[in-house]
Amino acid sequence: MSAPKFTTLTARCVVLSNNDVDTDQIIPARFLKVTDKLGLGEKLFCDWRYLDDGSPNPAFILNQPEAKGAQILVAGNNFGCGSSREHAPWALVGWGFQAVISPMFADIFKGNSLKNGLIPVVIQPAAHAALLAARAKNHDLPVTVDLRAASVAWPGQDPISFPIDPFSRACLLDGVDELGYLQKFAGQARAYEARHA
Amino acid sequence: MSQNPQTLFQKIWDNHVVAEEPGAPAVLYIDLHLVHEVTSPQAFSVLKERGLKVLRPDRTVATMDHSIPTKGGYEAADEMGRIQLRLLEANALAHGVRIYGLNSVQRGIVHVIGPEQGFTQPGMTIVCGDSHTSTHGAFGSLGFGIGTSEVGHVLATQCLLQRKARTCEVRVDGALRPGVTAKDIILAVLAKIGVGGGTGHVFEYTGSAIRALDMEGRMTVCNMSIEGGARAGMVAPDDKTFNYVAGREFAPKGAAWDQAVARWRQLPTDQGATYDKTVTLDAHSLEPMVTFGTNPGQGVAITQPLPLPSSLADAAERAGLEKSLAYMKFEAGKPILGQPVDVVFLGSCTNSRLVDLRAAAHLLRGHKVASSVKMMVVPGSQSVKQAAEAEGLDKIFKEAGADWREAGCSMCIAMNGDQLSPGQLAVSTSNRNFEGRQGKGGRTVLASPLTAVATAVAGCIADPRVLLNGGQS
Repeated sequence: MSAPKFTTLTARCVVLSNNDVDTDQIIPARFLKVTDKLGLGEKLFCDWRYLDDGSPNPAFILNQPEAKGAQILVAGNNFGCGSSREHAPWALVGWGFQAVISPMFADIFKGNSLKNGLIPVVIQPAAHAALLAARAKNHDLPVTVDLRAASVAWPGQDPISFPIDPFSRACLLDGVDELGYLQKFAGQARAYEARHA
Repeated sequence: MSQNPQTLFQKIWDNHVVAEEPGAPAVLYIDLHLVHEVTSPQAFSVLKERGLKVLRPDRTVATMDHSIPTKGGYEAADEMGRIQLRLLEANALAHGVRIYGLNSVQRGIVHVIGPEQGFTQPGMTIVCGDSHTSTHGAFGSLGFGIGTSEVGHVLATQCLLQRKARTCEVRVDGALRPGVTAKDIILAVLAKIGVGGGTGHVFEYTGSAIRALDMEGRMTVCNMSIEGGARAGMVAPDDKTFNYVAGREFAPKGAAWDQAVARWRQLPTDQGATYDKTVTLDAHSLEPMVTFGTNPGQGVAITQPLPLPSSLADAAERAGLEKSLAYMKFEAGKPILGQPVDVVFLGSCTNSRLVDLRAAAHLLRGHKVASSVKMMVVPGSQSVKQAAEAEGLDKIFKEAGADWREAGCSMCIAMNGDQLSPGQLAVSTSNRNFEGRQGKGGRTVLASPLTAVATAVAGCIADPRVLLNGGQS
């Protein structure tokens, strides 16, 4: 299994602007019995996306024509709160998302996303509002997430830089495997254990 | 000792940094790794792909809690659940990891058995692929939830890459009034700061109300730190902490115990140390708390009317409140007291310890669960179950008409068949009231064990202080 890589992406976006979307909504617990990562994209936002009879809910954003081929999710504040389940980013990536844009992400979700090549793009509320306004005018609005520059832009908007952990960024740009990186410290970890035995 | 005054968090952090390269996160040593069936399979797969073994099986403990049936036996689990449970057994066996399996008399919810068996100790770093790992902070340890990739990292290296969080003091002073508990403290904290208020921070709970709590109460408070967005919540260890840990199976013994206590006494935050921010709460003014919405920050004192969306200036917040109330089928401005309830759930890593069951049983004694209510009591561990049965608590629950089950996460996460039907309303002592958390279409009100019992007896959301006063309000 190779480490995820990301450099730059220009793609259409879909908007799910509710605040405080928890990981139970992103992927309900009853789908956590899997022992691999496959098929979770089909269950993404399952209880909002499908009606009780299992048919797609036409009112939900992912079931609308504009969602087809979108790779960026524009989310509300505090996206990914709640459970630590990494199944949440697995499901988002499984659906086809490569970046989520929000004024704030929950800590564990953010960390899990970075480990799966899903870029959590944090922008200020004013920029977030501007993005929603631009998107409302143009459903095909192309949004560019440039990880090298750590910036996000769309037509009519100069690149806005976003904060991202420099280590995670470097890992994603270069395809560095974090477990491999950690293993390099084995000697120091054994020395630590000896000191604290 | 460092000359600069330090917080509890800072001391534990500094003591666990193995290495730190410029620009990179710290390599943090992990003392204790708790593993369960749901968030570990893909991590063990990574080890297998790379030909790696669990580096420190002696620092790794596995149990089955999330998808385990509470009716006993694997037979009650569905096929995928059975596969997942058996895979955990196989992985534990292959790597020499201690496992509290299906028939273990010590099996239980991972955050109940860690402290119960004495694995959880002050000053430790403790992780688990579960966000409620914050529970262990009640012992003055740094416990936090991690994702499955990180579970793999810890299995393989006993280390994690971590950035240091900011600190937030949550100071709770004053004496709780009768009928008000640790659960009400944390629900009030969450109502005050919201579900994102602690993001990027580690909480340290301080103040006379926290010091007065028993260890179980401190665990309840720390457990729900994550519901405020804080990955960890901590309480400085004191004699109560040491007395709780003393004598447990995996606690230090003899001279090692004395050395450990001497070390642990150095952990509390130094006088003059500062936090990045502070939140305060007056415990004496608290009433029993309930949630009314679809996140744990949407809580009110049980006697208060539900908030009006028109009272919120921010459009997104207003829309969020309207959406929550619509899902819950509650009316803004109206009281929540008296709402008819279908299910009462007493359990979860928040409130399933012997002290919780004891308090609930004492209030329930001599009463019946209303005929319209299904009450389910799920001990946090098989040890808790045994101890409760030794005291006769199970009889009180059963005679009142409640269902007495085997240990597990059960209806807190509704992965094991214990779940609400669409539209049902539950009062639950668990930690999350997210849409569908306790079963698709189910509605959840979070509350203390006392409020849960009062509600079960009344058949509708009820103030426990009335039942405590023998029915007089």
